[in-house]
Amino acid sequence: MMLARLMQTEGVWLFSRNPAAILAAIVTIVVVAGAVLAPWIAPTNPYDLSSFSLIDGLLPPLWEQGGDPRFLLGTDDQGRDMLSSILYGARLSLIIASVAMGIALVLGVSLGLAAGFFGGRLDAIVMRVADVQLALPAILTALLIDGISRGILPREVHDDLRLAVITLAIALSLWVNFARTARASTFVERNKDYVQAAIMMGQHPLRIMLRHILPNIVGPLLVIATVDLASAILLEATLSFLGVGLPADSPSLGTLIRIGMQYLLSGEWWILWMPTVFLVVLVVSINLLGDFLRDLFNPSLR
Amino acid sequence: MLDDRLEGAPRKKALVEVRGLKMYFPIHTGLLRRKTGDIKAVDDVTFDIVEGETLGLVGESGCGKSTCGRAVLRLYEVTDGSVRVDGHEIAHLGPNTLRRMRPTMQMVFQDPQASLNPRMTLASIIGEPLREHTRLTKPEQLERVYELMDQVGLNRDFANRYPHEFSGGQRQRIGIARALALNPKFIVCDEPIAALDVSIQAQVVNLLEELQDRLGLTYLFISHDLSMVRHIADRVAVMYLGKIVELASRDDLYGDPKHPYTRALLSAVPEPDPREESRIQRIVLQGDVPSPANPPTGCNFCTRCPDVMDICRKVDPEYREIAPGHFTACHLYCETTTMPAEPTAAKEAFEPIQQGE
Repeated sequence: MMLARLMQTEGVWLFSRNPAAILAAIVTIVVVAGAVLAPWIAPTNPYDLSSFSLIDGLLPPLWEQGGDPRFLLGTDDQGRDMLSSILYGARLSLIIASVAMGIALVLGVSLGLAAGFFGGRLDAIVMRVADVQLALPAILTALLIDGISRGILPREVHDDLRLAVITLAIALSLWVNFARTARASTFVERNKDYVQAAIMMGQHPLRIMLRHILPNIVGPLLVIATVDLASAILLEATLSFLGVGLPADSPSLGTLIRIGMQYLLSGEWWILWMPTVFLVVLVVSINLLGDFLRDLFNPSLR
Repeated sequence: MLDDRLEGAPRKKALVEVRGLKMYFPIHTGLLRRKTGDIKAVDDVTFDIVEGETLGLVGESGCGKSTCGRAVLRLYEVTDGSVRVDGHEIAHLGPNTLRRMRPTMQMVFQDPQASLNPRMTLASIIGEPLREHTRLTKPEQLERVYELMDQVGLNRDFANRYPHEFSGGQRQRIGIARALALNPKFIVCDEPIAALDVSIQAQVVNLLEELQDRLGLTYLFISHDLSMVRHIADRVAVMYLGKIVELASRDDLYGDPKHPYTRALLSAVPEPDPREESRIQRIVLQGDVPSPANPPTGCNFCTRCPDVMDICRKVDPEYREIAPGHFTACHLYCETTTMPAEPTAAKEAFEPIQQGE
């Protein structure tokens, strides 16, 4: 409720005075809308093999000499429309990133809340695990999980589960941020008198955590969720670029960039550049939004 | 022995019986966070609160009076000792049994701002204990909330407002209404007026007294405001460095303080009449309160006591009844000042350290 009120007054006012935030919001909305609506607005369906032909392969963007009006951003070697590929790829990237971020959020916040609320041994265990997790680079964690799943799962099953594996890998490397922040904020809130009063009322610890503490620590978590969404998109792109992510027949942004790499020095620059620029713009916009939210929830940084 | 101590107390049932309560907070240092000592916030405290009375608990900042109040209510895991509320031992109850005991005892907090969840409306704050412990339907709950708001003098129209829309005094009334929701018998008032304007303090104290008369409540009233305690309390306990140094009826304590610390404390109360004021002999204590992590050997007060004797630096004085209903822990009032402390007492003081591991 207070969050809503804050958004109505101060937040909106600050937002209206922050051109970077406005621009970032517009770009993010356009990109996300484009990605979500890809099946309806994309000129072609890049997954439908019958819809493209090799004859249209390697066509440059519309404004270059030899461009084809059917393909605004040109085509790749298979004759697939780059714009459609990017929109579909962004859709896949965003789905993976959001789901991974959601898992990390739920996992991290639950563990952080419990660790901060109960303290003691549980806190020590959770935080040591978090420390270990933090010592491993995210990419290494993801590669490890991918490698293990490749080892223990039959090949067909692994291919089917690729999406799940990469999502889980990203989630596992992101939960630490949430857990640490939730724990630190819970520590502060836990000793406030309103929580003590709830304990005095004999409320169940679970209820105290969810009803009293969680709403009061949601601000910083929201900031992390935004920034981590950008990290998740990047991580997914990195993994796909390295080839452990999604296969070429259902390309995400990272896969598109990897495919484009092959044409970097051969003059067909658009195959690499279009998805790359798209990814950079998307990630920068989300990060700018995250910065704005951080400033909003932490007045001392304004 | 414990029964002897109660001889002089009024012949009414003790609602709260605290025996040898200890609340130690471990100190962890170094890379491995090894336990290297204890902060003895409350160190072997014994007292009773009789049904319907107000026991004032006074002392300077950091002497452990708030910790004592919270430990009695089991907001902390007590290190050692026994707390009986209304005949039930609660000092070492498991969390689930303890939760069922909560309605009997409640607390009014010092900072009314911090003790109310900023994201909940007044009705949901006051109604929450009802939702938790009763099977009332929604409309019945609301009716009870209105009833409670009437009792503490809050306008019913405020039910859907948020805590930040109220003044400090009103917020404290909300806190009191919440504490009353489940018809508790025993309420710990942890400096309930310290954060309020002087003009509002009287209102809140009068409200507390009125509710006590009407509902037969028993209070543990924690405060550093000696005049206010004199006004509200039936009996008063004085704490210094985690221990009760003196406990007596209000008139005894204010009229004839025994312990040197109580005397010093009472002499510091400002006197509004300038002619009286010039006649008061203030006892000004030297030095600072020792750290509760490392209290002095012998009597805790020996480092600052104006009447210190040799024995005070060696033997911890026994907390005993020196007149009917008047307890103190001071060698000045011990006939057996030469007798060394019972060896068991010294052993007891170390046992909880091992238990705390």
